[in-house]
Amino acid sequence: MSVTSPSSPVELLTFRLSDQEYSLDIMCVREIRGWTRTTPLPHAPSYMKGVINLRGTVLPVMDLAERLGLPPREHTDRNVIIVVKFEETMTGLLVDAVSDIIALTSSDLQPPPDAASNGGVGIIKALTLLDDRMIRVLELSEVVPPPQRDAA
Amino acid sequence: MPELDPMAEIRASFFIECEELLEALQDGLETMAEDSGDLETINVVFRAVHSIKGGAGAFGLEALVRFAHRYETVLDAVRSHVMVADGDAIKLFFRAADHLSDLVRESRDNGVLPEAEGNAILTQLDALLGDNGVEEVEETEIDFQPMGLALDLGLPDLDALPPAGPAEFTIHFTPQPELYETGNEPFMILRNLAELGPCEVTCTTENVPLLRDCVSNGGYLAWTVKLCADISQDDIIAVFDFVEGLCDLTIESMQSAPSSKVSPALPDLPPLQDEPPRQIVPEAPAPMPAARSDTPATPKAKAATQPAAKAVVRVDLDRIERLVNLVGELVINQAMLSQSLESSGLSPHSDSMNGLEEFQRLTRDIQDSVMMIRAQPVKSLFQRMSRIVRECSAAVRKDVRLVTEGDTTEVDKTVIERLSDPLTHMIRNAVDHGLETTEDRRAAGKPEQGVVKLTAAHRSGRVIIEVSDDGGGINRPKVQQIAAKKGLIAADANLSDVEIDNLLFLPGFSTATEVSNLSGRGVGMDVVRNAIQSLGGRITITSSPGTGTTFSISLPLTLAVLDGMVVHVAGETMVLPLNLVIETLTIDHDNLEQTRPGMNVVRVRGEFVSLFDLGVELGYRSAQESYLDSVVLLIADEAGSRAALIVDEIQDQRQVVIKGLDESFYRAPGIAAATILGDGQIALILDPADIIAQAQSNASVLSPKLMEMTQ
Repeated sequence: MSVTSPSSPVELLTFRLSDQEYSLDIMCVREIRGWTRTTPLPHAPSYMKGVINLRGTVLPVMDLAERLGLPPREHTDRNVIIVVKFEETMTGLLVDAVSDIIALTSSDLQPPPDAASNGGVGIIKALTLLDDRMIRVLELSEVVPPPQRDAA
Repeated sequence: MPELDPMAEIRASFFIECEELLEALQDGLETMAEDSGDLETINVVFRAVHSIKGGAGAFGLEALVRFAHRYETVLDAVRSHVMVADGDAIKLFFRAADHLSDLVRESRDNGVLPEAEGNAILTQLDALLGDNGVEEVEETEIDFQPMGLALDLGLPDLDALPPAGPAEFTIHFTPQPELYETGNEPFMILRNLAELGPCEVTCTTENVPLLRDCVSNGGYLAWTVKLCADISQDDIIAVFDFVEGLCDLTIESMQSAPSSKVSPALPDLPPLQDEPPRQIVPEAPAPMPAARSDTPATPKAKAATQPAAKAVVRVDLDRIERLVNLVGELVINQAMLSQSLESSGLSPHSDSMNGLEEFQRLTRDIQDSVMMIRAQPVKSLFQRMSRIVRECSAAVRKDVRLVTEGDTTEVDKTVIERLSDPLTHMIRNAVDHGLETTEDRRAAGKPEQGVVKLTAAHRSGRVIIEVSDDGGGINRPKVQQIAAKKGLIAADANLSDVEIDNLLFLPGFSTATEVSNLSGRGVGMDVVRNAIQSLGGRITITSSPGTGTTFSISLPLTLAVLDGMVVHVAGETMVLPLNLVIETLTIDHDNLEQTRPGMNVVRVRGEFVSLFDLGVELGYRSAQESYLDSVVLLIADEAGSRAALIVDEIQDQRQVVIKGLDESFYRAPGIAAATILGDGQIALILDPADIIAQAQSNASVLSPKLMEMTQ
């Protein structure tokens, strides 16, 4: 969403979902927590895992893999919840494992080819290569708000 | 944040003050309206307007000053008995007060000032004056006129005592050991006394013990000072300010001999009225040792004479919010601690468990006190309503009086704020629909003036707010007819009175045949009910034909905690608001009935109540084979309709701290909020009314299919 000058530094938190690698701008990551049992919400969409207690506030947690349409899989103890803040809303994103923090410049990021971005409706804002592996950079604003902003 | 302009801060506090002054103005006008007001009431009203004018002048709020000034001029005429405030005048005063509060608000928000309306009111105000031929001459003189406050009740005689001329005082000063311990020095005090005037100091040494009995840090000396100076007792007392309570002090004033003879009429009561810790005994009656002994009784006396002024601190709401949140954390933490101590198998009589019990009590006390900070009297809300009644009755040309009761009842601030809209709507309804037209009232033999009554009271841990009118009551046939016409009920439905009354709450219902511009703008009672329910409240109607309708709102005292019943359903822990649970029972062969496949009812004391499996309704599990021996909670929603919910187990009844769910994301049906349990896990707080509504709509969706299947 932000247009940055080509050489401005970017730090990304990379993590795995199934066998794919994704990343998020580190500036929107508040903390990383181990997997705890969530309290499920009734009739919620399947990617909504429920809510957890984050030091006294109720934090909604969504399974990022399911949110992106990846096949559902078993949860293990290595799963972690990345707590992100978008605008004023805090959300937990359940991922398989956190890999690394990488420092790049914005010139290292390539816009995704049109075909790829059509499917995800802009949910992937850029691609980058790290040691020959493709890392997808997620657009948080597409991940976090509900598909339909009802109640308006 | 950049530093605030100090002027802006002062300006802000001026506007806060204005709120209070406007409130006082309202109060005063109401008193005037009731019994035409004594002089003091008119003074209060006058002063309120005057203070607003003064402050506004300081901030250059021209329009406000201009209006307040002319308003004040008229009030002054009333005050000086040049004119009499009759009913019409007072109505005009009310309007002027409303306008004044508009002006204050617009000035604060830098909004557009409603000049035209102001001018209209001013013209009318001037007309009042014109009739009585008062011109604005004394404007400058009236500016500051100190009002006699009711303070002088307790001490009339002391004032009378000191006539002019130097007085002679005898001061007995006996330091207590504490005086020395706190680093005070009698010498300094004596020197300060000497500065007041010529003194004659005698030291009393009779209390000094033998040397061998002396304690090195004891105080054994006392002094008697004869002071002759043209000063008041207060000047002497001021010298002893720092040692108040650390010494025995008596001051006798020997007011030139005659005064003690002039005042025998006031033998022993007046002296005790003064500053309690030191006994200042005027000379006239001399038995001061006796007076000294009965000291502890006096402190109350002074407080009693000054009932009005209560010390108040203005606190930023954010700070209170933070405190409330912290207390919420404390409660959760306390629950976690007690849970872990219990599971560690400590004896219930061990010190830790006893300490824990104390801790629980304290936590609860803290919680209650914090909630009390947020509580506010509903008075401000009620005053807003009195304005609504005035405006609204003028619009529909009905003569309406608002009677309020219990406006000191305290309710959580957020509740008050969120109550404003629904209450406004209900008041408008009462004036517009509830009360008959003046002609109809006359025809029915009622007084022409309709009464809308607004009351608030605490009842068994909840706040009850009632809006009632003395109108014609609900026209039930008409209500039913309209509901049928709008397709809300079957045309031939046979409904009880209560059911008909409750039709008013259906979405899309409006009885007004023509839409007036007042109520009936598409916002129905259903919106009111939703607003009340979202506050955890209930609304009910009682109406009797010919005598009026009462809407009764029952609200929880606070939105921050909830008395809940903790239950287990399908492996999840959930909380039900306790106030909705009527009773609990177990299902057996005798009380379980099936109305049709998949639809069960339970018989409770001869009444059939539909039965829902909470786990199924929430989508946590599929329907079970048999519900025999299940635990069932019988609940009633606001409308009084009942349902039975199957749960797996009832765990506990306890207070839980309500945590809001972020609903921008996903709004879970049937869930009102969440709370954090003792083990740190989140439990959802159910909204049973929503669950039942969902379940019933599901059931009715099912029924056509069932029909097909059976055919």
